[in-house]
Amino acid sequence: MIEVKNIEKSFESNHVLKNVSAVFETGKTNMIIGGSGSGKTVLMKSIIGLHRIDGGRIEYDGRNLPDMKMSEIRLLRREVGMLFQGSALFDSLTVLENVIYPLEMFSPSTKEEMMERARFCLKHVNLEEKAFGLAPSEISGGMQKRVAIARAIALQPKYLFCDEPNSGLDPKTSLVIDQLIHEVTHEFDITTIINSHDMNSVMEIGENIIFIEKGEKAWQGNKDDIFHVDNEALNNFVFASELFKKVKRTNQ
Amino acid sequence: MSLVADTGKYILLMKRVFVAPDRGRMFFRQFPKELEKLGLQSLPIVAIISIFIGFIMTMQTKLNTSNPLLPVYTTGLVTRDTLLLEFSSTILCLILAGKVGSNIASEIGTMRITEQIDALEIMGVNSANYLILPKIVAFVVMMPFLVIFSMALGIFGGYFVGVLTTIMTTGDYLVGIKFAFVPYYVFYSLIKSMIFAFLISSVAAFYGYYSYGGALDVGKSSTNAVVNGSILILFFNILITKIMLN
Repeated sequence: MIEVKNIEKSFESNHVLKNVSAVFETGKTNMIIGGSGSGKTVLMKSIIGLHRIDGGRIEYDGRNLPDMKMSEIRLLRREVGMLFQGSALFDSLTVLENVIYPLEMFSPSTKEEMMERARFCLKHVNLEEKAFGLAPSEISGGMQKRVAIARAIALQPKYLFCDEPNSGLDPKTSLVIDQLIHEVTHEFDITTIINSHDMNSVMEIGENIIFIEKGEKAWQGNKDDIFHVDNEALNNFVFASELFKKVKRTNQ
Repeated sequence: MSLVADTGKYILLMKRVFVAPDRGRMFFRQFPKELEKLGLQSLPIVAIISIFIGFIMTMQTKLNTSNPLLPVYTTGLVTRDTLLLEFSSTILCLILAGKVGSNIASEIGTMRITEQIDALEIMGVNSANYLILPKIVAFVVMMPFLVIFSMALGIFGGYFVGVLTTIMTTGDYLVGIKFAFVPYYVFYSLIKSMIFAFLISSVAAFYGYYSYGGALDVGKSSTNAVVNGSILILFFNILITKIMLN
């Protein structure tokens, strides 16, 4: 579980996060949603430690991140997997080498065991074996995201972060990626945090949803509660499209 | 203020670079790749430039020292000492600051803007050490070989003036390049070039590592790497010459 308490973050005179507190539960797909510029990406990067917060606590199962030394943070990060918006696969390595990389850096296993683990992770994300020897530039966007998920789970992380995982994908592939993230979360009992403004993802896999509006936490709940909330900002954001307005009317 | 801040940032980055690698075998896997990319792939340009500069320098020296009071070995001597003291170290490094410096800056800069460096940091890898250390060590190790190669080919290029023109004989040239040879000049040149290799690779890596934004910023980083690397080479050239040849 990850718990954030009273987080404050500013960039010069721009106060981006204001007293944000939330709990991200283990074994659930926790989602941070909000409009562009709301502060959700800054919140995620602060939780991971890519931004240093100005105040508050970020507790990974009781361990406060801001209090940790660099060496402790580095050890903690080996329990973290991340799926970036652009996949962030290493250009100079093949698909298989990308997934083996974290194992080679931190796993005490033999070369054969690492290869087996990497192949297992790639097959788990339904990637065909003929793609294993290709460079990231030679596979599609959806396949890159799957490789990135495989790399993120290679070291059996406790925490998985996904920054807009469906960015640039068609609706069908987006659904596949959402379901993969959901399966992996439940199968390996990971604390997963997804940063998204894709309402289809929210409705599909949102088990614990945190809505950020102008740097503050405006609402927290699940995908069923979302239809019955009397929060104008949330309703304007979630039900902006005619399709979702129709869905809301049906649910009510 | 920006210069002071950048210098501080550079020193802090080098502090992160020069630590023991997380996994030694990963360093030794990267190291030969960098030797090949930064060193071996520079051989063609070093060869071409050295041969032609040796030829042109010899020809121009001969044409401008046609006074009969000057001994016949003057041309060979001047060509040899220019190559040994300045061309095959300083000028060569200024050229390589463009080729190697822009290569390093753009490679690391592109990794930065595509979040590959963030991915390494999230995994718990010291990205500065993993990406930059093999490049610096490889280029510093390869530089003496490139310098010796350049000296040899430059002198060889000068020899062709005697072969292809009638302005001097190969015999006069050979007398000149052997006359009053000071081995210390080679040592001085090698030390200088290794220091320049460190400057080129570390400065380029610094600009690439701190690229933010898009392709335009990677381009700016690459340009800054070459320009500032070149300025530092010229500055350190004066310093090293004062210390070693005083």
